[in-house]
Amino acid sequence: MAGLELLSDQGYRVDGRRAGELRKIQARMGVFAQADGSAYIEQGNTKALAVVYGPHEIRGSRARALPDRALVNCQYSSATFSTGERKRRPHGDRKSCEMGLQLRQTFEAAILTQLHPRSQIDIYVQVLQADGGTYAACVNAATLAVLDAGIPMRDFVCACSAGFVDSTALADLSHVEEAAGGPQLALALLPASGQLALLEMDARLHEDHLEQVLEAAARAARDVHTLLDRVVRQHVREASILLGD
Amino acid sequence: MKETPLSNCERRFLLRAIEEKKRLDGRQTYDYRNIKITFGTDYGCCIVELGKTRVLGQVSCELVSPKLNRATEGILFFNLELSQMAAPAFEPGRQSDLLVKLNRLLERCLRNSKCIDTESLCVVAGEKVWQIRVDLHLLNHDGNIIDAASIAAIVALCHFRRPDVSVQGDEVTLYTPEERDPVPLSIHHMPICVSFAFFQQGTYLLVDPNEREERVMDGLLVIAMNKHREICTIQSSGGIMLLKDQVLRCSKIAGVKVLEITELIQKALENDQKVRKEGGKFGFAESIASQRITAFKMEKAPIDTSDVEEKAEEIIAEAEPPSEVVSKPVLWTPGTAQIGEGIENSWGDLEDSEKEEDDEGGSDEAIILDSIKMDTREVSNIGSQDAPIVLSDSEEEEMIILEPDKNPKKIRTQTISAKQEKAPSKKPVKKRKKKRAAN
Repeated sequence: MAGLELLSDQGYRVDGRRAGELRKIQARMGVFAQADGSAYIEQGNTKALAVVYGPHEIRGSRARALPDRALVNCQYSSATFSTGERKRRPHGDRKSCEMGLQLRQTFEAAILTQLHPRSQIDIYVQVLQADGGTYAACVNAATLAVLDAGIPMRDFVCACSAGFVDSTALADLSHVEEAAGGPQLALALLPASGQLALLEMDARLHEDHLEQVLEAAARAARDVHTLLDRVVRQHVREASILLGD
Repeated sequence: MKETPLSNCERRFLLRAIEEKKRLDGRQTYDYRNIKITFGTDYGCCIVELGKTRVLGQVSCELVSPKLNRATEGILFFNLELSQMAAPAFEPGRQSDLLVKLNRLLERCLRNSKCIDTESLCVVAGEKVWQIRVDLHLLNHDGNIIDAASIAAIVALCHFRRPDVSVQGDEVTLYTPEERDPVPLSIHHMPICVSFAFFQQGTYLLVDPNEREERVMDGLLVIAMNKHREICTIQSSGGIMLLKDQVLRCSKIAGVKVLEITELIQKALENDQKVRKEGGKFGFAESIASQRITAFKMEKAPIDTSDVEEKAEEIIAEAEPPSEVVSKPVLWTPGTAQIGEGIENSWGDLEDSEKEEDDEGGSDEAIILDSIKMDTREVSNIGSQDAPIVLSDSEEEEMIILEPDKNPKKIRTQTISAKQEKAPSKKPVKKRKKKRAAN
């Protein structure tokens, strides 16, 4: 859509947010009773569901078992109704495989896999509505699900996307902003140490602006962390009330 | 076949070397291997060699109907295949993870960065557009596939010429190359991927890892840039934790490297253009010099030999003088002789017969003066005397130096050096003569 102003003169974006503002995040843990851990997150209009099974015995070939750590297996699937046009292949295509690999890489770095040798942890993520920032929503949902399952992690893994328009870095891109074709950066951060578990960027961005965009994404990820922390504490409080502690 | 596992000592050796800022092939931390670009006879065909990693790129085009939601844009299709000849571990069913990763990275680097003007590929809006297909095949895997593949892709695209087409009202005329010269694609910029390998939890980094270094690395960061210092893609993989300033530093290094590589590409394209225009011979066959053996030739790595003399003298001064060896063959029966009894066996009980075999074997190995198969770059510490110092690449680290004494003792053990500098001592010659005399 030519002529769509992504950032107005007053500094408002298409959906009325400011440059560094995140969309509204609502999350719930423990949505499924069957799974070891599950979580549901809504970031603006992006809705993602994550389910964790494990740690359990390696399924399939025993040969894949790692003698000193757990195997993390991630699968990403986006529903056929998640995008504007109906998707024909919900999973198994290249993009979903890549997303699964990236999730695995992120969580292998964050989960303390040394504590569960020769076992497997499965993380399944399903995107129900994709309105930009799907990777970030998946990572945030998966973090909550892993915490719900009680699997020890180094730290929260908080992810956020960022873009760059008119010399301003935008945080948490929506689909409209992503489709406009500008540079997009997705970042997964461990807030306490500031380390990046995953960094990926697309489209052209001049090197001089890289720092600005990285900074915006890191700040947004830290904000996400505050929200997720609140969600976890709330969940624990509710659970302990139910248990009668 | 499953990949041969890397032994722990090799892994430790590589990591130690990296800690001391040394690489196996003598490169510096930020050095690339030699890049060689050759073109085939057709337009759009090229082979890129990054050290020993070899990628073949081929571009082809076809007129198709466009995608429904992008009626005025051409279609770009990228495909990288890991040929089974590239590495024993690559098998038709097995490579999925690596393949997906590489393909997606290439797609994002070349498609999302809009290096090719897709609007110019449109012939009739909504009906006919050009579909450009880039096929890359990995022919040999010696590390850093992604860099070689990205260079091959962009070079092939720059080299390619598509048939000329003209539209008159509703009629579309496709001209053959004989009727009208084929037209190059319009390329905005050339994104080149630069890979950084991280070791020891991000403490050390190397540019352009080769296959061994890739096996021991913790993770990889790929930054694709063009010569205008615009970053086209960043991708971190392999579970390393990065810090923001590491990423910024890497992007600066990548900027420098990309400039060099882009210059190289331009030169190669110009050369090829010139050769074709002048009517000279071109193509893959021409790029291989005819009088040369085409097997891999190791180039000499520069080694600092300025203090070899001092070191050697020190060692000689501290070492014991070599003992005089006088060989006295013992004739057991006609046709069986023995010179010395070999070194004291450290394996335990062995019979006399095996000891004799040891002698024979030892002398054979001493005579083998292998050509360069370097993994180590130690300067040999040979002195200048002509005493029993024999260089060889034998598996045994100890040289069996024969003595005529009934109770042989170890004289000297030398570390095996891969580089021969001096002529071998007279020892093997002596042994040969003795053998002949004995027989």
